[in-house]
Amino acid sequence: MNQPIEISDLVVVRGGREVLAGITLNVTAGVTGLLGPSGCGKSTLMRAVVGVQKVRSGTVKVLGLPAGDAALRDRVGYLTQAASVYDDLSVEENMHFFARVLDVSGGAVDETIEAVDLGSQRHQTVGRLSGGQRSRVSLAVALLANPDLLVLDEPTVGLDPVLRRDLWRLFHDLGARGTAVLVSSHVMDEADRCERLLLMREGRIIADGTPAEIRGDARDIEDAFLRLVDPQ
Amino acid sequence: MTPRITLAIAGRVLTQIRRDRRTLAMLLVLPCLLIVVLWWMFNDLPGEHFDQLGPGLLAIFPFFVMFLVTSVTTLRERGSGTLERLLSMPMSKFDFLLGYAVAFGLIAAVQSALAVAVSVGLLGLDVAGPVWLLGVVAIVDAMLGTALGLLVSAFAATEFQAVQFMPLVVVPQILLCGFFLPREDMPSTLAAISNVLPLSYAVDAMQALVNDAQVGEVWRDIAVVLGFAVVALTLAAATLRRRTA
Repeated sequence: MNQPIEISDLVVVRGGREVLAGITLNVTAGVTGLLGPSGCGKSTLMRAVVGVQKVRSGTVKVLGLPAGDAALRDRVGYLTQAASVYDDLSVEENMHFFARVLDVSGGAVDETIEAVDLGSQRHQTVGRLSGGQRSRVSLAVALLANPDLLVLDEPTVGLDPVLRRDLWRLFHDLGARGTAVLVSSHVMDEADRCERLLLMREGRIIADGTPAEIRGDARDIEDAFLRLVDPQ
Repeated sequence: MTPRITLAIAGRVLTQIRRDRRTLAMLLVLPCLLIVVLWWMFNDLPGEHFDQLGPGLLAIFPFFVMFLVTSVTTLRERGSGTLERLLSMPMSKFDFLLGYAVAFGLIAAVQSALAVAVSVGLLGLDVAGPVWLLGVVAIVDAMLGTALGLLVSAFAATEFQAVQFMPLVVVPQILLCGFFLPREDMPSTLAAISNVLPLSYAVDAMQALVNDAQVGEVWRDIAVVLGFAVVALTLAAATLRRRTA
């Protein structure tokens, strides 16, 4: 069985600055959280996994294939931070369009709209929705093809706590069904919702383990992060 | 390439245009109004001015309108992240480009049907050749505008910059296409430049259809315009990168 994600010595340079400074990691099945302050390289790492990022050196393998391989295009679902959907179309029209591109059924459209709890907004124009609702439309598109790997860049930012809880439940359900889910967040209090954590800072992975392992005797993940960065 | 995806893209672009009532009205009604203005302007003068200028205008509209609409639409698509998302899906670059070309080709068909109906039915334009061929020229011409718009959108960072490509790419072609002055009467250097600009062939085709019905020549001109469109689409495909910095 291939690992969902295997990365070794990944270096990405953008504008003369080393954004990822030699990253090596594996992501296993289940829900993995990628946590770190904004600007630490989380999005770049995720772009490299999806295969839309130019890399300087190192390798990224996804489900046993090189990242971005044509055979992966309907096996990896990707949610960018900005909602990548059409503002001038309704929720349903967006979903049906992407469903045709991905060659999935109308039934999958209804299921994913329900999964992200947008049933009562399905006929509304996306541009008129709130920021959180728009990002859920975008999330629904990422879920459409029932991918083996989900790469979600800050899917829960700015959402109502109830909805946030529901989405994390959804991620765990997907994880339990065999989907590998990589979720990024800059909010440390989401750490405990993950089965496994990757802490990131300044283009490097500074910790990798279960939330309990990383927390150790620290008060919480934020405290553990501070101890890692500043041992005194 | 997958016809299903090409058609999905074309259908989605058409739905977006249909939603945007104001743009749709501008696309369909404005060319007709401007043709009426042209006719009216020369109406009191002796001679067949409208028969000489009308065909050129029929070729210019689909070209420049589709150029403008496409360059702005695709730029929006690049900026909003939807293009990156599509490129991470099982979609070929040509599905994307052809989807746009098909959508705007269809709009051009409706647009030119209206413009031709107004010119021939209302304003008495005498068309020597088959009227339906005017529509074919308009569609190919619109695809050329769409192809160039797709290409140019790669070099513009903002919608504002995309509009600036009008004077660079479109206006010289309008000046030199034979609308203002027959191409054979131009200084030889300008005539030579006009020979390598695609819009000249679209205008030639329209003029040949209206004035002397040489259908063979019209098809040759159509082939040239189509050739330019294919080259522009191929270059545009090269600007669509799945991996970016």
